[in-house]
Amino acid sequence: MKHEIIEKNAGLLGVLVAIVISVGGLVEIVPLAFTAEVTQPAPGIEPYTALQLEGRDIYIREGCYNCHSQMVRPLRGETERYGHYSLAGESVYDRPFQFGSKRTGPDLARVGGRYSDQWHRLHLINPRELVPESNMPGYPWLEGAALDPAGTPAKLRVLRTLGTPYTDAQIATASADVAGRTEMDALIAYLQMLGMASRQWK
Amino acid sequence: MMSSGWSLFVILGAVLNTAAAVWLLFWMRKRRGEAAQTSDTTGHVWDGDLREYNNPLPRWWLWMFILSVVFAIGYVFLYPALGNSKGVLGWSQVRQFEEMQQEQERRSQAMLARFSGRSSLELVQDPAALAVGRNLFANNCAACHGSDGGGASGFPSLTDASWQWGGTPEAIETSISQGRMGVMTPWAEFLGDKGVEDTVAYVMSLSGRRSAAGDAAAGKAHFDMVCVACHGADAKGNVDVGAPDLSDRIWLYGGSASAIRETIAKGRQGNMPAHGDRFGDTRVKLLAAYVMSMGASRAAKPGT
Repeated sequence: MKHEIIEKNAGLLGVLVAIVISVGGLVEIVPLAFTAEVTQPAPGIEPYTALQLEGRDIYIREGCYNCHSQMVRPLRGETERYGHYSLAGESVYDRPFQFGSKRTGPDLARVGGRYSDQWHRLHLINPRELVPESNMPGYPWLEGAALDPAGTPAKLRVLRTLGTPYTDAQIATASADVAGRTEMDALIAYLQMLGMASRQWK
Repeated sequence: MMSSGWSLFVILGAVLNTAAAVWLLFWMRKRRGEAAQTSDTTGHVWDGDLREYNNPLPRWWLWMFILSVVFAIGYVFLYPALGNSKGVLGWSQVRQFEEMQQEQERRSQAMLARFSGRSSLELVQDPAALAVGRNLFANNCAACHGSDGGGASGFPSLTDASWQWGGTPEAIETSISQGRMGVMTPWAEFLGDKGVEDTVAYVMSLSGRRSAAGDAAAGKAHFDMVCVACHGADAKGNVDVGAPDLSDRIWLYGGSASAIRETIAKGRQGNMPAHGDRFGDTRVKLLAAYVMSMGASRAAKPGT
């Protein structure tokens, strides 16, 4: 094929460029989408409960990911501080995942069960109450904000269409599960489940 | 692990791409020969007089290209790069991680060996032991007890003379290794609003204070009936059940009338997690030594 033919046909040039730059992605990314370790839940990973799911939405709404990652890398210093390194199969129910890329605060992928609910409550209201050196902002309004149970079943249904195996019973009780609970309760429920499954891994 | 089909896909993608790169190099060399004989421009003309040179690639660049192809071939044979191949070296990320961990385990065991078999009272005298204890404290205890050990509401201060579960070296070691579960029962239902208020008044009077509402004398009757079981007739508390001394001015959940009212009415639950399995005996003793070093001379005269 003559150089000139490619250069003078923008469409053909575009197609050929697309083929050239796709090779890396085709070889490195596409096979992962069909590999069980990446697409199947890791041992002990269950879909979020209704309350945890609401808490996760608050985590995202408040921008926690701006300062906290959820990705323990397989490096000795990290696993010593946080726990088992993160697996791809932990995030299969995360839409979107919360890996994050910035650690102004510590990684939270293994924070579940590390502190008591009461610790989280006091810490979220005013972090300096417990950790005087902390530069984390307080989130006192969460304590007074009631969850709106009306929207919860729809969230579960949407996730089910995306492949999260919620049962009809879970969707039916979703509203009741979060009724009367505050945003603080939900966020703490979410934080307390992070990494709990990893405790049973070797 | 990819299925063998995807593995083949990856192998083909990588091999064909490398082969295409090599073919491109040779093709360019051939073109260079032809072009040199005819013309040194690509032949096409834009806007009447714009032509494009078709000069060969610089030699240094060509060599970089060839070297990177050679590197790639070596790499895919040595490392797990071609589909599911393990590579000649047998390297894996998990194995590298495990080696790093074993190395660190060896180093910390060597470090801990210096301190093993010594009691926490001995370790208090050893600055090197306290330095290790300080690091352990910062990493594991400071989030609740504060980096200075000063505590917070619901999380006891470790720097004062008051010890909910006992301040002897043995008691502190037990608290660290086995954890503690402190439960104050809620009494709102049993005592009623007035009963709670009177009891608040009596509890405040124990540390020489006066409550705005409530009858301390009536509160004493309640105290002698229910509270006495854990906090004792003299209200000095009981380290066996983690009942705090109510006669001093040190308060775990706050000493204001409203805080005491909430404690009595709704109860409290304190939970010190167990660390023994994770730390091992020597680290527990190092931590106990550091905790004892934070407050002055308490090891000698254990508090309540």
